[in-house]
Amino acid sequence: MGMTMTQKILAAHAGLPEVKAGQLIRAKLDMVLGNDITSPVAIREFEAQGFTGVFDKSKISMVMDHFTPNKDIKAAEQCLQCRTFAHRFDIDNFYDVGQMGVEHALLPEKGLVCAGECIIGADSHTCTYGALGAFSTGVGSTDMAAGMATGETWFKVPEAIQVKLTGKLQPMVSGKDVILHLIGLIGVDGALYQSLEYTGEGVKSLSMDDRLCIANMSIEAGAKNGIFPVDEITEAYMKGRVDRPWTAYAADPDAEYTRTVEIDLNTVEPTVSFPHLPENAHPISDVGDIAIDQVIIGSCTNGRLEDMAIAAEILKGRKVDPNVRCIVMPATQQIFKDCIEKGYMTTFIDAGCAVSTPTCGPCLGGHMGVMANGEKCVATTNRNFVGRMGGITSEIYLASPAVAAASAIAGKIADPRKL
Amino acid sequence: MNAKGFVHKYGDNVDTDVIIPARYLNIADKKELATHCMEDIDTEFVKVVKGGDVMVGGFNFGCGSSREHAPMVIKESGISCVIAKTFARIFYRNAINIGLAILECPEASEKIEAGDEVAIDFDTGVITNVTKNETYQANPFPEFIKEIIQAGGLMASIKERQGG
Repeated sequence: MGMTMTQKILAAHAGLPEVKAGQLIRAKLDMVLGNDITSPVAIREFEAQGFTGVFDKSKISMVMDHFTPNKDIKAAEQCLQCRTFAHRFDIDNFYDVGQMGVEHALLPEKGLVCAGECIIGADSHTCTYGALGAFSTGVGSTDMAAGMATGETWFKVPEAIQVKLTGKLQPMVSGKDVILHLIGLIGVDGALYQSLEYTGEGVKSLSMDDRLCIANMSIEAGAKNGIFPVDEITEAYMKGRVDRPWTAYAADPDAEYTRTVEIDLNTVEPTVSFPHLPENAHPISDVGDIAIDQVIIGSCTNGRLEDMAIAAEILKGRKVDPNVRCIVMPATQQIFKDCIEKGYMTTFIDAGCAVSTPTCGPCLGGHMGVMANGEKCVATTNRNFVGRMGGITSEIYLASPAVAAASAIAGKIADPRKL
Repeated sequence: MNAKGFVHKYGDNVDTDVIIPARYLNIADKKELATHCMEDIDTEFVKVVKGGDVMVGGFNFGCGSSREHAPMVIKESGISCVIAKTFARIFYRNAINIGLAILECPEASEKIEAGDEVAIDFDTGVITNVTKNETYQANPFPEFIKEIIQAGGLMASIKERQGG
């Protein structure tokens, strides 16, 4: 029986000629990631067990992105703990305020992850790097601690669902709409314990930013990882960023999938996921009149340059509704700089948006856009759980940057094609 | 290894944001964190939970964020075991790694009601509903995972392996 892309990467990192779904393996890690919320717990575990060294200081990344720039004294203490650990072990990829970006935008941008690698991160959206043809998955802090100490972890080899993409996205439709549509089709546990392997001729019409967004939210369908094949677009993205050899793995023709889900990209509409689960996906034409109080454009899901570009295109020469607070957060310093150079920042500010240094802040109700009870937000983030962004009766509608920008102007959830 | 206690019951897709809201993730102290366990869906939980009690959920328990604080606060609250139809995979890993007992058992999840008294035998995977006088069979842990739990969690199992 053939292997899926994921299974091939896992076999290579376990030093085995082949692996089968369900098999327990020990795999070597190319990168171990943590942030300012999960690393302190990992550091505590690491130190409690008396480890005195890390497996490879160049293969650990710590990104201070969640409650930063420090939202309060406790958050500052957590960052201090990470900083002290990073200095003690001379961690190469420690990103503090001023250099940091939202981790899952930052690591691909810096070339710290690439095709064929095996990556764990103490953050559930670590599955983002599957866009580059890597196996990457979210774990907890104890797994991070063990990974930092040994450079290995255990996995159960997953089965896979094939997501066959055909056609091409329509204008004002993006990767975000595709993944919300998919989660709507299969549900928040539709891919539980499994890989989502994105295939088909439609893949080549998706930009790297689209793929990163789709892979990012694979966890919201319960998936262990989401992964794309490596093509010219992947290679062009890695060129100039990745200075080590990388490997493109392709699924065998007889690889086994538990099911195949087909999506014709031509038919995907701008899509909005209603509170309080990402699976509550509705095409924008079915949304109706929903007045909003806040818009968030940013995050590891949608804080990349293409996201900023489409938001700027829509907001240019227009004004944010006076009853809406629109907060735009480019996900990395480089994206922020690009936004300045391309004039997007001027557009955002002229439209009445607040712009911010990179942070995960509002996505998880940390800071920089926490909501009062009863308020409604259109967010380009990834989760709309109860209380995720503030008060427990506040509501989050997940959408693309295009829908978010159009909604900011309209003061209600709006179709970007109808402005 | 056994557990016995009264049941706190929840539905499907109990996410880590309601188990421990992110606004408290700047708190390092486990005991203080645990005072907020489940508060966004059940403000009574921390007031009524007793050591040994059992938490029961439906499908996809623990979905969402990878925060290990979620199984940590459940354990810290005194819960001896979480039973669900299925668990989200990161939560599953985290629970094992920190030594919180969890069992997948769709039948138990269906039939057990809030307030029932249940007894669990982890060696056999048998869950006894003392209140209803019923028993349910849970999937036992794979051998590999039993080893981690027996060693006292992932870090201890690694230490054991490195020492051996």
